[in-house]
Amino acid sequence: MSEKSLYPGLNLGGTHGKAHEKAESTVFGFWVFLMSDLIIFGILFASYASYLNPMGMAGGPGPNDLFDITSVAIQTAFLLFGGIAYAGVSLGLKYEHGRAKLIGWLLVCAVLGAGFLFFEVKDFITQAGEGGTPQVSGWLSSYWALVGLHGFHVFSGILWILAMIGQIATRGVDDAVKIRLSMLGVFWHFLDLIWVGIFSFVFLVPLA
Amino acid sequence: MSGNTSPIFGNLNWNVTPYTDLLQHVDSSTIVGAGAASVLVFGAIAGVALFTYMRWWGPLYRIWLTSPDAKKIGIMYIALALVMLARGIIEGFVMRAHQATALGTLAQPEAGLVAPDHFSQLFSTHGTIMIFFVAMPLLIGLINFVLPQQLGARDMAFPVLNQVSLGLTAAGAALIMISLLVGQFGTGGWTMYPPYTGIDFSPGEGVDYWLWAILISGMGSTLTGMNFAVTIFKERAPGMHFMRMPLFCWTSLCVAIMLVYAMPALTVSSAMLALDRYAGFHFFTNAAGGNMMNYANIFWMFGHPEVYILILPAFGVFSEISSTFSGKRLYGYTSLVIASMSIAVISFTVWLHHFFTMGQSAGVNIAFGIATMIIGIPTGVKIYDWMATMWRGRVRITTPIVYLTGFFLLFVIGGLSGIILANPSIDYQVHNSTFLVAHFHNVIIPGVLYGMLAGIHYWFPKAFGFRLSETWGRRTAYLFVGGFIFTFMPLYVLGMMGFPRRSPTFQNPEFLPWMYVAAFGGVLMMCALASLMWTFWTSYRNRTALAVPGGDPWNGSTLEWSSPAPVPEWTFPQIPQIQARGDWGEAKRAGDPWKGPERYTDIEMPANTAHGLLIAGAAFALGFAMVWHIWWLAILSFLAIPGMIALRGMRVITPKIIPAAEVEEADRRFRQQVASLASATRADEETERNRGVPDLSEFAG
Repeated sequence: MSEKSLYPGLNLGGTHGKAHEKAESTVFGFWVFLMSDLIIFGILFASYASYLNPMGMAGGPGPNDLFDITSVAIQTAFLLFGGIAYAGVSLGLKYEHGRAKLIGWLLVCAVLGAGFLFFEVKDFITQAGEGGTPQVSGWLSSYWALVGLHGFHVFSGILWILAMIGQIATRGVDDAVKIRLSMLGVFWHFLDLIWVGIFSFVFLVPLA
Repeated sequence: MSGNTSPIFGNLNWNVTPYTDLLQHVDSSTIVGAGAASVLVFGAIAGVALFTYMRWWGPLYRIWLTSPDAKKIGIMYIALALVMLARGIIEGFVMRAHQATALGTLAQPEAGLVAPDHFSQLFSTHGTIMIFFVAMPLLIGLINFVLPQQLGARDMAFPVLNQVSLGLTAAGAALIMISLLVGQFGTGGWTMYPPYTGIDFSPGEGVDYWLWAILISGMGSTLTGMNFAVTIFKERAPGMHFMRMPLFCWTSLCVAIMLVYAMPALTVSSAMLALDRYAGFHFFTNAAGGNMMNYANIFWMFGHPEVYILILPAFGVFSEISSTFSGKRLYGYTSLVIASMSIAVISFTVWLHHFFTMGQSAGVNIAFGIATMIIGIPTGVKIYDWMATMWRGRVRITTPIVYLTGFFLLFVIGGLSGIILANPSIDYQVHNSTFLVAHFHNVIIPGVLYGMLAGIHYWFPKAFGFRLSETWGRRTAYLFVGGFIFTFMPLYVLGMMGFPRRSPTFQNPEFLPWMYVAAFGGVLMMCALASLMWTFWTSYRNRTALAVPGGDPWNGSTLEWSSPAPVPEWTFPQIPQIQARGDWGEAKRAGDPWKGPERYTDIEMPANTAHGLLIAGAAFALGFAMVWHIWWLAILSFLAIPGMIALRGMRVITPKIIPAAEVEEADRRFRQQVASLASATRADEETERNRGVPDLSEFAG
């Protein structure tokens, strides 16, 4: 890329004029905000690790009793393909593929995100049925809080996608919408990043 | 509990006010409780009556509450902080009065002005208010007001978000205030350690008030940190390189970074405690694998950086005033920058010294003890730099310099007692005693409070166009210095004698004389508070004599002194090109600094909006509903927040355009006025001859 990047990640680029410049501080600010969010997840990861022992499980069900790794793999596929699908939005935005394609890719992301949520919630319900509610032990509390918070983020991301579809439909792809789509992209990929951590440390480590 | 919860009013009923307590049982404790609630009620009624009588509601809404202007937001933060400061100092005084009367006997241990439970509420609200709703709004307000002006920026990077942050902070403060009248506050101290604050031992609404005030205002502080960071990284005027920024901007940058990284820890620990209390989770309970040490750990991951968040802006203020009021360039600029950044980084590596006695290994304790002692080094560098700045300067003993001197004398003592506490084996002896209470007041009052009051005194003319009375300002400063010494020095002695902190009563008569001294100090602190309020009032009455329309009353060297006082909404008629560190000072050296821009252009400002106000309202409703288990209101207000954000997202928002002609007219008027005003020398600084145009030949900063 010969063009100068104004902020981390895929830039809108100079052809977008003012939107590109305005995105500099807004998207950068969103990165800073996500760093703060990352600390929240980091502390929850550390807490999860600190409760992952017989004392923290307090005689309740443990990872081997509750985790269904096949379902987790399916969730991972949904979420990561959802992340890849956002490339359609980012590239369509940068190279101006038009409203219809943008909305189409956004819908693909939303559907894949919803697929992830479907399997995650199904798992939660199954686990609760097997006596794995967060009220049972410190370990289960930390598991539900960490994975649940990530799920809540995905849910918020889907709402944000729907709000952006509404904005594209009503106000068109103006500067503000371009910047918001750039931020949404960062957010959506951030969720993949967290999930990779959850998949590895929450599910794989205790099962290994 | 759920059996009595009404679907409409939750746990609210007529038995939750302190008046009910007073009717049931009349003693000094319930009288104090009902009295405090009455102050709140009558204060609110008087405020509403005054605003209605003066017809201030319209201007309040149009000019202040809906303004996204960082300077106005900053002033509102400080106004909020001063109101809360009044409550915090009064509570401190009541605690001192209580302990001075709390000598019990073994047969009759309970004694004193207020009941033990009431005393516990007092120290819990006092700590919570002073940290989260006095110190934080003071420094965030001051940074909001000063930072864009010093950077040569028109506003913060995200003005409307800034408004939302203010709203969230105010919503948290309102929750704490309403707890005076409706229900009880928690009794777990400002840190609210579980398992005591878990649902088993604290079943009432008290801890929930704290949790929601902290969660809501904490979100505001996180967003503020992000806003400050982006403003400093992206919105500096052309030529304002990092190493040209005034020191206050550097300490603001440290604060911004620390807010972004430290606030999430508080959010997590509070949210976990809330899940324990509301949903039966087992993070910090005694049973079922809970671990309360994890709370202490996460809380102080926030808590320790927090104390440096509080102190660093004060260090920034001291850097500005030591230079300006000595008529000298700041000594050791680079070392101060490095020291500030070192403090910001090291502050994240010392949190464990808040719980040396919790049972981790000696090796861990030693590592954190050493880190704690190391952080004293950059702080010492700063003290020496300021003293060297003043050395052989032409120091004027203005109010900020009185605060600075008080800071020099007292903060060093507080810092040294901190080094003592940093040694784990000594900490084992004095922890949880009033020695600790004396220590942290000894750093926070001379550090944060003096620094912020000095800053308010220094920048007040920039905000309102007139100086504060120096006579009354100095009296206030002397009272705060004296009040501090008398209140807290005895607590060191009491701590060494073995008096545990947070004790509602004691049986050893040897403590009593020290308690009397401390109570006398409390009286002085009350006088200081009254004197502070009087300073504002008397200066307001003399505002014509104290007016400084020239905008540069102290012969300063940083950019904010180039604009008129009060500073216009747009701050700069044209974004300045920065040539040097202390750019305004360099312009003074070069000759005529008050040159107007050649050409005026339209200025784009963010339009006023009620967005922040509405979100604050919803956040307050959410917090209040959660405290009282009014589920329908909680759900409604929780959904209202994303709803309002989504609705705002659909609208195309047009900025406010200030036409070039209007800017030009105002700016030319200011420059003509400066030319017509007689310049004032240093000797005239405190007199009516100081019209904000200093004698340039005297400038040496």
